[in-house]
Amino acid sequence: MIDFDFIINIIVIIIVAIGLFFFFTATIGLLRFPDFYCKLQATGKGDTLGAVLILFGIVIYILKEDFSLSTILVSIKIFFIIFFIFLANPTATHALTKAGLDSGVIPLKKEVFKK
Amino acid sequence: MNRKVVTFLILFGLWCIFSGMFDIFHLTLGIISCLIITLVSGDLMFNEEKITKSHIIYGIRFIKYLPWLIYQIILANIHVAYLVLHPKMPIEPFVLEYKAKLKKDISKVVFANSIILTPGTITMDITKDNVFVVHCISQKVAEDLLTGEMEKRVASIFGENIKMDKK
Repeated sequence: MIDFDFIINIIVIIIVAIGLFFFFTATIGLLRFPDFYCKLQATGKGDTLGAVLILFGIVIYILKEDFSLSTILVSIKIFFIIFFIFLANPTATHALTKAGLDSGVIPLKKEVFKK
Repeated sequence: MNRKVVTFLILFGLWCIFSGMFDIFHLTLGIISCLIITLVSGDLMFNEEKITKSHIIYGIRFIKYLPWLIYQIILANIHVAYLVLHPKMPIEPFVLEYKAKLKKDISKVVFANSIILTPGTITMDITKDNVFVVHCISQKVAEDLLTGEMEKRVASIFGENIKMDKK
């Protein structure tokens, strides 16, 4: 019959597959979007969620294989990586756009309106 | 509590997690190295001299804010995936200037990072008079930002009073 292991495996596979899908769309966006800032839009978002989902799948998998102190410590370390990606990825995207703005890369179809 | 004590405790907790060995030798090594780091650069982590209750409240409120942010991030990714995979690629990029009312540095950082993570918007610059220059990828996402819901949530984390003028 369907056992616990099997269900967890299916969940892990689905999570990692969704993560890979977001990586895939981010890469296609990087190639398809027309200008500098739009390309950054694609990578800055797809990469974050993709990496986080894949790492989260890994956490579930190792905790399922062997639930002990050492694997819990490993999963906490992976959560620290997730936290770091959450902080670093938007910051890196912002740094790139700021550098582009400062060095005079003109955004496509510029129209500024105030709130 | 003094900020150096808090810094030491955080560093030592991290040491325990990263080393994973709880015998006396490794714990002593950890205490010594954490003490040295605390003495040299104990004033980097917190701005205020004393750690008060409000810091803990900010931390708890920030954790409460995370689920909403993750929900927004998932929406952002689905939106970008839709734009990317659509054959005609219906994007209309433009630059928007958003006047924010946040005052503290930390809330500006959280707000800017949240803008980057949520649907189709990137913070390009923050000017001195608190104007966020935001690059939007389509009209729909700009309207989501202009409702000011995110700013309200960030302000309520760090206990700031902002009055949003309803349109």
